[in-house]
Amino acid sequence: MTLLEVKELLRADSYTECDLSNCEVKAACGADLLSDVLAFTKEQVLLLTGLVHPQVIRTAEMLDLAGIVFVRGKVPSPEMIELAEKKEIPILSTSYPMFKSCGLLYASGVDGDICD
Amino acid sequence: MTEGKSEITPIELFFEIERGDFVRAGEASSKIKKKLLRLGFTGSTIRCAAIATYEAEMNIVIHSLGGSLKVKIYPEKVVLVAKDEGPGIPDVALAMKEGFSTAPEQVREMGFGAGMGLPNMRNCADEFEIESREDVGTTVTMVLYKGG
Ligand SMILES: Nc1ncnc2c1ncn2[C@@H]1O[C@H](COP(=O)(O)OP(=O)(O)O)[C@@H](O)[C@H]1O
Ligand SMILES: [Mg+2]
Repeated sequence: MTLLEVKELLRADSYTECDLSNCEVKAACGADLLSDVLAFTKEQVLLLTGLVHPQVIRTAEMLDLAGIVFVRGKVPSPEMIELAEKKEIPILSTSYPMFKSCGLLYASGVDGDICD
Repeated sequence: MTEGKSEITPIELFFEIERGDFVRAGEASSKIKKKLLRLGFTGSTIRCAAIATYEAEMNIVIHSLGGSLKVKIYPEKVVLVAKDEGPGIPDVALAMKEGFSTAPEQVREMGFGAGMGLPNMRNCADEFEIESREDVGTTVTMVLYKGG
């Protein structure tokens, strides 16, 4: 699934200039624990999170994640958007809560297998 | 030049890391990552270096009074040294245990402080060494071999 399809499925807003139709998502994880994400996530995974601060973007950068979806209507700050642009990390925001967002993606074939 | 083996001079990078700087934290790791990419290191080495330096940077920001990250890049390996000015770790063996953390509530709310950083650094690196003295500081040295 592409990030554009993720955006449509989650009725999400996009906050970066990335070409979403060109970003392929194979697996996703829902997490509010960045320590866990840093320890267990392989590259090109989409991160769904309720955390909204710049270190979420840094974490995605270090791990080469496919992108970030902020759930439950959390909106990134202008500083975060600027950082995401600079690091070329696509960010989306959906009003759906975590469980629903993950469920929709999983039901549409996005894998939950995120470990190396 | 004197006689004997000529040592290859590594490319060196040095970054100061400030305590409590949650905005810029990660910038040193980001620069290191980009440098390794430009120098032709492979994906897994770069990823490991990025994760290890980011965890090291976060530990300096969260737990120390301030410190630095020093990187030496050789053709076949990367040496990463995270060093801070204290307060040191009273029980290093305990700190190395998965799940042990003294991170304050504010840090946990950010999604850090699960006590996985040091174990993650040890897993990422081909060689890992931690030395700490109370009131003096902590030094973490990690070596990553190209394709290792
Ligand atoms: N540079 C440091 N200075 C002082 N204490 C540290 C340092 N790095 C780690 N520690 C101690 O070791 C513990 C475990 O570190 P770590 O595994 O990175 O987990 P976390 O950062 O999530 O707490 C920390 O909670 C802290 O008590
Ligand atoms: Mg840590």
